[in-house]
Amino acid sequence: MNVLEAPSSDLTHEQWELVVALVRSLNQAQLLWVSEYLAGRVQTPVSGTAPSRRLTILFGSETGNGAEIAASAADSARGIGLHPTVRDLADYKLRLLMEEEDLLFITSTHGEGDPPHTAEPFFEFLEGRKAPQLSGKRFAVVALGDSTYEKFCEAGRRLDRRLEELGASRLAARVDCDVDYEKNAAAAISQILAKLGPCSPGAGEPPLLPRLEAVVPSRTIFDKRHPFPAPVVDNVALTGRGSSKETRHIELSIAGSGMTFEPGDALGVAPANNPHLVESLLASAGFSPDAGVLIDGQPVRLHEALTSKLEIVRVTRRLLRFWADQSGISELGALCEEGQAELRAALLKENHVIDLLRRFPLRDLSAQSLVDNLRPLQPRLYSIASSAAFAPGEVHLTVAVVRYPLHGEPRHGVASAFLADAAPETSVPVFVQSNPHFRLPANDVPIVMIGAGTGIAPFRAFLQEREMRGASGKNWLFFGERHFRTDFLYQTEWQAHLHSGLLTRMNVAFSREGTTKTYAQHRLLEQARDLYAWLQDGCHIYVCGDAVGLTPGVHAALRCVLQQEGGLDLHAAEEHLTSLRSSRRYQIDAY
Amino acid sequence: MNLNRSIPDRSRDVSQPLEALGPDETLKADSNYLRGAISSGLLAEITAAVPGGGPKLMKFHGLYQQDNRDIRDERRRQKLEPAYAFMVRVRLPGGVCTPGQWLKLDELARTYGGVTLRLTTRQTFQLHGVLKQHLRPLIRGLREVLLDTKSACGDDARGVMCGVNSQLSALHGSVSAIARRASDHAIPKTGAYREIWYEEERQEVPRTEEPFYGGTYLPRKFKIGFAIPPSNDIDVYTQDLGLIAIASQGRLEGFNVVIGGSMGRTDRAPETYPRLADLIGFISADRVLPLIDAVMSVQRDYGDRVDRAHARFKYTIDEKGLDWIKAEIERRLGSFLDPPREFQFTSNSDAVGWATGEDGRFHYTLFVENGRIIDSGKRSLMEGLRMIARLHDGAFLLTPNQNLIIAGIAPHNRDVIEALLREHGLINSETASALRLNSMACVSLPTCGLAMAESERYLPTLLSKIEEILARHGLQTEPITLRMTGCPNGCSRPYNAEIGLTGRAPGKYNLYFGGGFHGQRLNKMYLENVGEASILTTLEDILGHFARTRLPGEHFGDFAIRAGYVPEVTEGRQFND
Ligand code: SRM
Ligand SMILES: Cc1cc2nc3c(=O)[nH]c(=O)nc-3n(C[C@H](O)[C@H](O)[C@H](O)COP(=O)(O)OP(=O)(O)OC[C@H]3O[C@@H](n4cnc5c(N)ncnc54)[C@H](O)[C@@H]3O)c2cc1C
Ligand SMILES: Cc1cc2nc3c(=O)[nH]c(=O)nc-3n(C[C@H](O)[C@H](O)[C@H](O)COP(=O)(O)O)c2cc1C
Ligand code: SF4
Repeated sequence: MNVLEAPSSDLTHEQWELVVALVRSLNQAQLLWVSEYLAGRVQTPVSGTAPSRRLTILFGSETGNGAEIAASAADSARGIGLHPTVRDLADYKLRLLMEEEDLLFITSTHGEGDPPHTAEPFFEFLEGRKAPQLSGKRFAVVALGDSTYEKFCEAGRRLDRRLEELGASRLAARVDCDVDYEKNAAAAISQILAKLGPCSPGAGEPPLLPRLEAVVPSRTIFDKRHPFPAPVVDNVALTGRGSSKETRHIELSIAGSGMTFEPGDALGVAPANNPHLVESLLASAGFSPDAGVLIDGQPVRLHEALTSKLEIVRVTRRLLRFWADQSGISELGALCEEGQAELRAALLKENHVIDLLRRFPLRDLSAQSLVDNLRPLQPRLYSIASSAAFAPGEVHLTVAVVRYPLHGEPRHGVASAFLADAAPETSVPVFVQSNPHFRLPANDVPIVMIGAGTGIAPFRAFLQEREMRGASGKNWLFFGERHFRTDFLYQTEWQAHLHSGLLTRMNVAFSREGTTKTYAQHRLLEQARDLYAWLQDGCHIYVCGDAVGLTPGVHAALRCVLQQEGGLDLHAAEEHLTSLRSSRRYQIDAY
Repeated sequence: MNLNRSIPDRSRDVSQPLEALGPDETLKADSNYLRGAISSGLLAEITAAVPGGGPKLMKFHGLYQQDNRDIRDERRRQKLEPAYAFMVRVRLPGGVCTPGQWLKLDELARTYGGVTLRLTTRQTFQLHGVLKQHLRPLIRGLREVLLDTKSACGDDARGVMCGVNSQLSALHGSVSAIARRASDHAIPKTGAYREIWYEEERQEVPRTEEPFYGGTYLPRKFKIGFAIPPSNDIDVYTQDLGLIAIASQGRLEGFNVVIGGSMGRTDRAPETYPRLADLIGFISADRVLPLIDAVMSVQRDYGDRVDRAHARFKYTIDEKGLDWIKAEIERRLGSFLDPPREFQFTSNSDAVGWATGEDGRFHYTLFVENGRIIDSGKRSLMEGLRMIARLHDGAFLLTPNQNLIIAGIAPHNRDVIEALLREHGLINSETASALRLNSMACVSLPTCGLAMAESERYLPTLLSKIEEILARHGLQTEPITLRMTGCPNGCSRPYNAEIGLTGRAPGKYNLYFGGGFHGQRLNKMYLENVGEASILTTLEDILGHFARTRLPGEHFGDFAIRAGYVPEVTEGRQFND
């Protein structure tokens, strides 16, 4: 960053130094945020007198003591003319934190110095990498505990420490209350509230500054050819213990990239090949990793070429032909002929590049000729599972990891395993792939979403977006997977959406639970009458997931619904679906 | 009867409108006699739980919604709901189970309950980890062998206990028959159970579905138990209503009546305390059911319905006064209780091993560590017992100490059964210390939602460490009762054990000393919130001291008081002093 030379004429030298120091300490995402924050401050008309700040009382409580104190604190606050909001950390929307001003925290400690169970997500968020900077906010912590425990009031202590680290300013020293908390807590709270009285001058108000436009980095365009290195923020398995699958939730930061996307879009991921596989290839062929090769006329180290430029798993027909020619093995040659597609596919399913090298070694294979016969490594697409309005600066993915054994050793899908193994703090090259044929309708239009497996991903984005927009249209979700217990992807989020009313209905099908296999399309048929009513109401239908299993099954089920409930014959039902598709009321994203 | 009686405070009992009472009272009243929304909750497809107030009502049907706490945190991060499943508690008055019932339970546990059964401290079976869609088939399976789960939990009369003194077969037979009748008599009568679990049509009832309970049932659980001296295996002083069998020449005459026992308390809440029951009189055997009605109705009408932590019968008694309560019971009974008869208890634990009954049949009392029936390693308890059940023509008796008596073994079966026991590695009483044989631990983690520390999964390891101490002081064969729980609720009756341990937080326990060897005296906290190291050094010191300076025949609990480690507790209210 090199734009920090000229002090602005309106600032004192001291102020300018503070600004420089601050700007240097910020990463891109923080800078963007600060600049927007400051812009916001300038736009807010500031009245001459001290503005009164909003007070939010947040409590974490397991056995009710904290909740009780929070309620009485709110009463006291109202008593002196404040208008506090009281929230349980259990269902506090984390993103609201940025909008808070004054915060009074009340939390007890449980387990061995842990926060109350219900407040754990909040603590994880606050103590994690995703925690926002909280400068400009003021806070006080009232901690509840029991002094017979070693870690007395530990949760309160952690909170107090962390809020300070995040730049919030402390209104009053933390108060630790023992089991006889009533008196202490009440006294502490009235002291804290006294500092907030509506007429006290707006302490802690940041000074107004002109917009620091100059420091925002000039935006580069990131695309398929120039992917953005997106830091991994979170990477967790969504599938529970004992699942037959591994499906992961991956959060990437694209803050500062300038990339934008809409719900329905996908993210392209440019993977690197598995390092062990690269080593094995080099070793089997006897090549030096440092050997130079030419790719598109550019010199590249062989190791680099095999890692990030070339597809080194699947054998293409071209490579097979090359291998047949070089080895002179006639069966291989025969498989390259037209009309041998099936046999060829069977062989290639069982034989990757490494298997050719091992099973049919070539005597004078050169690094360059191998490279020439491999395909360029292709990026893979993943539906974006988050809405930019809901999680600004982030992209969430739902990735089913491809892993399988072959010839007695573990093999991996290139991109899905690359993502699965991407540790937090590392980055992944990505770009946005627009998908204009999978878009939400107007806010008041009802939607029916049908997803199986990772096909659920875009619908998570849809619902987040509709929540942020305050969209009035009803939302109905169908989901299918294998096992209820382990594979109900994002289960708790759907439950919360049903609870809040955002999600109007949800039906699920778990194919390996009962004696008969049930899939999402079976649920559609069961709900035929209501589904037809939704169609009559103009709903849009979205289908996402497996192109082989899901989409044809859903299509047939929809046709059945139209025949059964609408009295159409097969042909008319099919035509009706076609017209729904052309009017974009029936959209499919299959892969 | 016309007694000059003071008018009690009725501001917190059933005489008040629902709005003035705790929320559970409204839940019960609105449940349409325990139906609530259980049936529709069973169908909710996006959760393995039963939503809303369903789980609270399901307790009255003997079913607890739980989740596997070992993976609760992990699943939260995975955006998966907790691994919900149900604990199913069977109603088995007096712990009497036929071989046919055993085989059915074994089969159901293998099909729906994670291939394990749990014998409880109140003489019944629990199955854990049952999915909600399996509840109906399981309950119907129980019905095939004439078992149910009615009121195994809930604000009603819980599982009725009965001493298992099997040497006195005739007396045991008549007392356990009364225990069964008492249970059948005292459970709720609503048709909800049949409708929900057997999916039977609702039947019209003449007036009310619950002539005794009414729509709000009891303020809290109510426990009844029958003891057969000289064994106090059922810990009669911990029952809300305890009946001590009095026999003359082997013939049952009646029962001494004790009331107001219970263990449950909360840490650092001195207004909660364990309490041992008071002896109030004697009643003849034919008057037991009216007595139960009289005692339970006093609690129904006067128990605290505002604060559940204060709703057990023991608090009603301490609030209103024992004399007042006794008089009220007698008023409702329509007669005075007789003065209590002589009796004597010697112990509250089980004598492990072979015994012969007066009828010439044999009994084998099998030590089942913490009541857990499971196949593991060399010890295939579940399989072994299945084999035995296939040829046994007597009964199985579940003891109040989580053990099992293979009772009434025909002489011709004795050798085969002994061989089966050996073959499956079940004869373990020879190697375990007397302390281990006299120990109990509650279920606790991972299923119990209230657990704060490990109990069942930890006690065996801790005991091995304590056994080293015992060996150093030559106390391996000294019977000492030790009971552990994972929280202060007291499910293994820790507060009258000679050594009590109750969980506070992971790895942390309160340590108590001074309980009476046959359950007659509460213990007292010696150390609060301590870990294993402190527990072991303390036991090393005190057990060493005991071994060196005990009086002949002196029990460890008595010693702890005489040596001044803890003061004697003579009344529940002093427990926290
Ligand atoms: C299985 C058992 C312990 C065992 O290891 O055997 C048990 C297990 C539980 N008890 Fe208990 N109690 C068991 C005997 C007892 C006893 C002993 C007795 O009755 O002789 C007591 C002490 C006596 C008393 O009632 O005070 C006992 C006092 C409690 C309490 C405290 C009650 C109180 O008034 O304070 C609770 C908590 C509650 O009810 O709120 C409780 C609650 C529980 C629950 C159901 C937890 C819950 O409410 O969610 C535990 C289920 C754990 C699990 O996963 O299985 N359990 N519980 C016993 C089953 C007995 C039965 O067959 O019915
Ligand atoms: C528009 C779109 C959206 C998508 N959205 C998502 C999404 O949201 N989530 C998601 O997870 N995926 C999504 N995908 C799929 C994704 O792009 C990848 O195709 C997928 O992750 C596999 O890529 P990979 O690099 O891991 O595997 P690859 O390296 O491409 O390997 C896959 C190949 O491995 C081979 N293979 C697999 N199993 C075996 C076996 N048992 N034996 C032998 N060979 C085997 C097969 O040849 C298979 O074709 C989407 C695709 C598209 C086109
Ligand atoms: C299982 C358990 C563990 C606890 N652990 C701690 C602890 O480690 N440190 C502490 O200070 N207090 C501890 N406490 C005490 C609680 O923080 C205290 O009771 C508090 O008042 C509860 O407030 P709440 O009802 O709002 O949750 C613990 C309490 C329980 C029940
Ligand atoms: S004592 Fe506590 S931890 Fe143990 S089973 Fe009972 S309620 Fe659960």
